[in-house]
Amino acid sequence: MNFDDTPEEAAFRARARAWIAENAPRALEAELKLSGFGHLHLHSVDRIAAAKAWQRKKFDAGWAAPRWPKEYGGAGVSPMEYVIWQEEEGVYSKLSGPFSIGMGMCGPTVMAWASEEQKRHLLPRLASGEDIWCQLFSEPVAGSDLAGIRTKAEKRGDEWVINGQKIWTSGARDADWGLLITRTDPTVAKHRGLTMFFLDMKSPGVEIRPIWQMNEESVFNEVYFTDVRIPDAQRLGAPGQGWTVALTTLMNERMSIGGSMPTGVPELFELCRELGVLDDPAVASRLAQFAMRASGLRYSAFRSISALSRGEQPGPENSIGKLVAGTLMQEVAQFALDLEGEAGLIEEPGLAVDGGRFQAMLLRSPATRIEGGSDEVLRNIIAERVLGLPADIRVDKDLPFNQIPTAASAGR
Amino acid sequence: MQFDFSEEQRALQGEVRRFFERACPVSTVRALIASDASHDAELWKQVSEQGFLAAAIPEDMGGVGAGYLELCLVAEEAGRVLAPLPAVSSIYQAAELIMIAGSHAQKQEWLPRLASGATIATIAVAEAVGEAVPETITARVSDGRLSGIKRPVSDGLAADVAIVVAQALDGIGLFLVDLSAPGVERRPLKAVDPSRKQAEIRFDGARCELLGACGEGWALLSAMRDRAAVLVAFEQIGGAQAALDMARDYALGRYAFGRPIGSFQAIKHMLADMYVSLELARSNAYYGAWALATNAPQLPLAAASARVAAIQAYKLCSANNIQTHGGMGFTWEFDCHLHYRRARYLASVLGTSPLWERKLVAAYGRAA
Ligand SMILES: Cc1cc2nc3c(=O)[nH]c(=O)nc-3n(C[C@H](O)[C@H](O)[C@H](O)COP(=O)(O)OP(=O)(O)OC[C@H]3O[C@@H](n4cnc5c(N)ncnc54)[C@H](O)[C@@H]3O)c2cc1C
Repeated sequence: MNFDDTPEEAAFRARARAWIAENAPRALEAELKLSGFGHLHLHSVDRIAAAKAWQRKKFDAGWAAPRWPKEYGGAGVSPMEYVIWQEEEGVYSKLSGPFSIGMGMCGPTVMAWASEEQKRHLLPRLASGEDIWCQLFSEPVAGSDLAGIRTKAEKRGDEWVINGQKIWTSGARDADWGLLITRTDPTVAKHRGLTMFFLDMKSPGVEIRPIWQMNEESVFNEVYFTDVRIPDAQRLGAPGQGWTVALTTLMNERMSIGGSMPTGVPELFELCRELGVLDDPAVASRLAQFAMRASGLRYSAFRSISALSRGEQPGPENSIGKLVAGTLMQEVAQFALDLEGEAGLIEEPGLAVDGGRFQAMLLRSPATRIEGGSDEVLRNIIAERVLGLPADIRVDKDLPFNQIPTAASAGR
Repeated sequence: MQFDFSEEQRALQGEVRRFFERACPVSTVRALIASDASHDAELWKQVSEQGFLAAAIPEDMGGVGAGYLELCLVAEEAGRVLAPLPAVSSIYQAAELIMIAGSHAQKQEWLPRLASGATIATIAVAEAVGEAVPETITARVSDGRLSGIKRPVSDGLAADVAIVVAQALDGIGLFLVDLSAPGVERRPLKAVDPSRKQAEIRFDGARCELLGACGEGWALLSAMRDRAAVLVAFEQIGGAQAALDMARDYALGRYAFGRPIGSFQAIKHMLADMYVSLELARSNAYYGAWALATNAPQLPLAAASARVAAIQAYKLCSANNIQTHGGMGFTWEFDCHLHYRRARYLASVLGTSPLWERKLVAAYGRAA
């Protein structure tokens, strides 16, 4: 048990720190600190331009995708070094928001399933910030039940023709590429008739409509496909193997190692100090319970990284990160607004307490509990895959997809 | 960074687990509960012979000198089997207090005897209802004689010697008292966890010896508690894990409505929440173990986080274990209540959650 850097780790940290000191866009630091939780907010500059500039700079110095192999634009560092890098990048990592789906989920899927030529082309462009990727999975009828998607892909010669609709696609408007899961055979059981592609988002027949979110932003979108053509070469995995490919994506989605998930707890302590309420036992009680959950998450992540460093596979244990952080953020935000009194209602720029960050957190945190596996889905994963409890009864499991009951067939 | 126990430490843990599984089946816990004995003397003797509890006491003081990480894992295993031993009093608290506060002569006098288990020591703090603070302490020492009533004192009947918190000329002091000496009277108290027995001790001019500087008593007590909190947290996660395992096993075996109850989402999600709270506690405890083993300046924050998290996890796991068992869970015969009671005992010794929540916040403020 050693919490300190080894000499090699310390040297790596010093190198990362020196590079950040020399290269980070200091002018944005204050704004980044106050930028809400989840979505990148910048007023002084265009957020995509700023994100691309920072990503490019990191790429040129080998910091953009440290964990990836060198031939795909990475630096091949160890899991521990990656964590050190994340700690040192600190607030500037928020700038990489537009690339997080690409780097975290689409990239690893491409790495596992695309041809060598495609990997050498696509991955460095992703790592350098040239290309932005989005994840075209959820549909109006299928979110948690992802294998229930209906967007159709039909083979015509050496192309596939896509018709259907995706929804909740984060960053679709900024994206160059999309990772797309489709149904290619509705006559077999639902998990077996799926096929995965990657899609040029500028293809004819792709129509993107922004969705206005409850937090007065528009990050996610509807994406419609009308006779969109995809070359067969852009298929990932065999036809019918889409579910297996999707699992690569989802596994990476839930892995979220690094303990970098924000919780709002340090910010809440700052607020309490400013308000002079740290000595109030009722306040202390809530604060301590929040802080214990936040530190528990952080040290759980360190335990995972230590296991990873020993060569162990990351397991479903990692599901606890988002499950704990989502509710924690929501409770922290509510408590902060309780402490702010009626002034907590003010979102008015210039007047809102702390730049309105707890108000932003209040209104963003519900999404954390839904996106990328809802709280309930994560509890199921823990119960089934960690504790070994029976799977839910699935009435649709062995039915041909086109015979599965739906709200429409039930007349609702 | 390597944030986990080493292979050698895990091997030791395996050895300790096998020992406890053999030497401390739940029938031994129940036997103590049913008897008037102060503790399981036979088990205490066996554990002491193995040297498990002497892991963190230096070799030149009669200990094994292995270290705190090893002691943490021993505590986890003791917690898992609900071991009816006075370790929280004698080892995690009294030995620690003597190590941080004692003179060289006092260490030489007491530590070898505590390490070998030949002597059992305890700490006597509480008197009145409510959180103990210096102002509420009425036990008093004058001319080397202690008078006052302490209640409850954990392992107060098993102990040969007590370290008593009392008022003295320069404020709060810590005083070693031989419990078999004249002027000491003790009686058992019926208590929530009958596998860790409680006593009332009356001192009436009992001869005593100062431990540590007089006036520094409360600060020393508090420093000792930071250390003990980490060790107790490991007992708590051991117990919480056992409660979760019981709940899981029962949920797989009990059928209702034609299915195992573990296939109902309400049960699955309840168990998932138990697992999550236990993981948070475990990770906080690991950090505490590191801080304890390295004497890190982060110890006060780490200890408070470990304790707040472990109290929470054991309470939740032991309560929901009863819930999972239905009516069976409410019987004396099933072991669910033993964990529920032990969770409460471990939540009360060293001071309860509100105290540690305040300590956590204060330490967080200093660390920031
Ligand atoms: C901010 C945000 C960004 C997103 N970005 C993307 C993106 O970029 N790409 C993408 O493909 N998707 C994205 N999503 C979609 C997200 O993955 C889905 O919303 C999520 O999987 C839940 O699906 P759903 O919305 O259809 O809800 P449903 O699946 O209909 O769930 C509704 C409720 O039912 C519960 N429920 C469902 N099934 C079960 C079950 N088996 N047991 C118990 N309870 C159950 C859920 O937990 C939830 O509470 C995003 C969502 C949000 C909120």
